[in-house]
Amino acid sequence: MAGRFKPGDRVVVRADNPPGHIRTPTYLRGKRGVILRDFGLWPNPEQLAYGKPGWPRKVNYWVQFAMTDVWGGASSPGTADTVVAEIYDHWLEPDPAVPGGA
Amino acid sequence: MHDHEHDHDHDHDHDHDHHHEHADHGHDHGPFQPDLKEPSEEWEFLEIALRELMIEKDILTAREIQQKIEEWDGKCPEIGARVVAKAWTDPAFKARLLADGNAAVGELGLEVPGLKLVVLENTPKLHHMVVCTLCSCYPRTILGLPPLWYKSREYRSRAVREPRSVLAEFGTALPVDVEVRVVDSTADCRFLVLPERPAGTDGWSEERLAAVVSRDSMIGTAVARAA
Repeated sequence: MAGRFKPGDRVVVRADNPPGHIRTPTYLRGKRGVILRDFGLWPNPEQLAYGKPGWPRKVNYWVQFAMTDVWGGASSPGTADTVVAEIYDHWLEPDPAVPGGA
Repeated sequence: MHDHEHDHDHDHDHDHDHHHEHADHGHDHGPFQPDLKEPSEEWEFLEIALRELMIEKDILTAREIQQKIEEWDGKCPEIGARVVAKAWTDPAFKARLLADGNAAVGELGLEVPGLKLVVLENTPKLHHMVVCTLCSCYPRTILGLPPLWYKSREYRSRAVREPRSVLAEFGTALPVDVEVRVVDSTADCRFLVLPERPAGTDGWSEERLAAVVSRDSMIGTAVARAA
């Protein structure tokens, strides 16, 4: 099943800080990344954590970030090192800096 | 560290008691050294209380808890090493493993229930290193329980920020033109690193190859070495 993003699309992680069981790591919130893979639909863990069924299910994406975009130039200088994380659809927006959106 | 200190103290006290009894004919048994340290942390009391309540209310039996402990004790990195060695010797299996981890390990009678097993192939230009910054997500049915350092705050916070420093502390130095890709295991996937097959292992049997696949090479904090 195809989600609203495809591999190569540039995205931004929502810079939000809601209460509850959140799987989006704080250090990636507000950061710009690229979709690597679409892992398909999974029950929403933000609901599962409270005994709810996890509906509607959310697409889980594998999103890649350049170390320098996350931490600045001091991290892994002179390298192409990256960090990738699984992030659910509702935490992602198309990167507004890319003409025509994602 | 704690285990070592404990063993040392225990041996010491044992010797002490022994000499003491000879001198005093058992009037005083000397300082008592418990075999296990008494629980002191809040979570330890919580675990004991919960376990005893569940047994008392017939939700679980002590035997069922013991069986679960034995089941997990039976999971170990040697299982993952078999998967890696097969991928090194069987290109068709490797292709299936990279395409669909769950189905491919299923061919070997293994499973990763309820989760998606993603196998990450290391190459001369790409090195994967797995961490779970949120907690301790780990492919437990394939690698066993994670090492304590994997769950430590230090590894979890530093791996995503200064991976090369962390790798260096594991004795793993990688050229700057290799991309270090830190994989933060944040949701429903579990990640197994497929390390590069070491040079000088041509013609080796799967069994011999499996013996050089270390746990850390499947987490990505190390590379597989032939010697």
